Amino acid sequence: MRNIWTICRRELYAYFVSPIAWVLLTIFAFLSGVFTYIISASFVRYSLEGQMSGQSMPMNVNEQVIAPLFSNIAVVGLFLIPLISMRLFAEEKRQGTIELLVTSPVHDLEIILGKWLASVLMYCALLAVLAADYSFLFLYGNPDWKPVATGFLGIVLQGACLLAFGAFISTLTRNQIVAGAIGFALALVLWILNWTTSFGNSVAVQVLNYLSIVSHMDSFSKGVIDTKDLVYYVSMIFLGLFLTARSLESMRWRA
Amino acid sequence: MIQVEGLSKRYAHHVAVNDISFSVEKGDIVGFLGPNGAGKTTTMRILTCFMPPTSGKATVAGFDVFEQSFEVKKHIGYLPEAPPLYPEMNVQDYLSFVARLKNMPGSEIKSRTEQVMERCAVADVKDKLISKLSKGYRQRVGLAQAIIHNPDVLILDEPTSGLDPKQINETRELIKSLSGEHTIILSTHILPEVEAVCQKVIIIDKGKLVATDSVENLKARGSVSSAIQVQVDASGVADALAVRQRLEQVPGVSKVLEKVVADNRFIYEVESLQGQNPRPDVARAIVNAGWNLLELKSTTLTLEDIFLELTGSHGEAPAAVIQEAPPPQDAIAGGAQ
Repeated sequence: MRNIWTICRRELYAYFVSPIAWVLLTIFAFLSGVFTYIISASFVRYSLEGQMSGQSMPMNVNEQVIAPLFSNIAVVGLFLIPLISMRLFAEEKRQGTIELLVTSPVHDLEIILGKWLASVLMYCALLAVLAADYSFLFLYGNPDWKPVATGFLGIVLQGACLLAFGAFISTLTRNQIVAGAIGFALALVLWILNWTTSFGNSVAVQVLNYLSIVSHMDSFSKGVIDTKDLVYYVSMIFLGLFLTARSLESMRWRA
Repeated sequence: MIQVEGLSKRYAHHVAVNDISFSVEKGDIVGFLGPNGAGKTTTMRILTCFMPPTSGKATVAGFDVFEQSFEVKKHIGYLPEAPPLYPEMNVQDYLSFVARLKNMPGSEIKSRTEQVMERCAVADVKDKLISKLSKGYRQRVGLAQAIIHNPDVLILDEPTSGLDPKQINETRELIKSLSGEHTIILSTHILPEVEAVCQKVIIIDKGKLVATDSVENLKARGSVSSAIQVQVDASGVADALAVRQRLEQVPGVSKVLEKVVADNRFIYEVESLQGQNPRPDVARAIVNAGWNLLELKSTTLTLEDIFLELTGSHGEAPAAVIQEAPPPQDAIAGGAQ
């Protein structure tokens, strides 16, 4: 446990002393701010129109602002996550510091968990900006907090899952750019898999839809924690970390 | 402390280490010597559990590097060829991180870090980012990192590469001062380093072990077939041949070579028979002939000659001086297993 934290702490340190963390935070703050503004502005206009025409329309901040906002942010995450995970192992290999980690009395699993945990915390730091955006909704309205909490849970799980795969990809190369590009391609593929639903409803389409990473976000952003989605994310995290462990081990045999 | 038996590492297309066996006693400083690509780094990486061997067995501090690698890792400090430094950290933070990684109790970390920084002469840059340090400082931070948890065994891969002569000297002194507490293996392809620092030498070439012995023994073997270099003032000498013929008549001399025939001086290489010391006779012969003797010195074999002989790389000898020395006949035949 102590080793995991040691490695995690150093990794977080590396994120925040390098420009990476600050660049990502800036990009994320800008995008989430824009999305929050657009969606809540259209919500306000819609409610004004309702009052002007004298009709009472069903208005719900959770359904009309927060849920779509989560879906948008989930997609933004797909683009930013490879930038968080690409350096995890590639940079260690390039610098030669992997020799220090691997020859220290630390288990491979502790290295992997420490690094992955750091990347998840880094992603959470980005989401903290989103939470700040949401605080305005709580300030001027009274949305239900529970769907917000599950939405955050879903988005963190989705990120954790992609970060696990990103860590795996990062072990395959010593070049951060390559790791980032492959991670980005994988995120994109996992995202567009559910577009296949437009091709009917055969078993293959259902499988592909299940594998698609964003389709599992929907129930979370509506305030529902579905076991099916939870199992999906947790098993994908396991798979990603398992592949990372195997890759790290094989790297030694090949080295 | 370190036992290596029949160690091999094979890759798809070549053999990096081929059936090496040696052992290192506690407290020794051992020089691991060989040309570039001889398999030094590979052997060290196996000893540090960075990679497993293809076959053979190695134990460090009584633990098998493959089966008990976790225990081995607790007992070694390792400085890879490129110091494993995080450029974005400062020296102090980096060393505390390594100390924590090596399972040092939290209460000792601060004092031990200070101590090691003092010892490796990096205390004056402790708040500097590693990316801003010069090569010499980086190397010393690398060394500090290797000794921070006070390991029984230190494995140093080319600890002086890329340093300037002053830094090389300082690093060697530092390594020497670490002996006693630690068992040290250091790899190098620089011979004077081994002579300066190590008690024992392990020479490998193309993955194979060529010799393992103490520095004294290796040098002693070389001096058996010593040669004498004679320099004579050319003025007053008819020609170089005359001197040579005169020298060949001296009892105990087996062979005379004209090495330099310049306008003002002649230099000869005189080889003697085994066990003979014809130096007094050589001097007398020259003086009696009325010539001016400028210099008379015995040229014992240096470790370089032995190394070149053992690794069979005469053709690519780094300095011309080495090639002028006669090949030591049977000098090391007894020692190379």
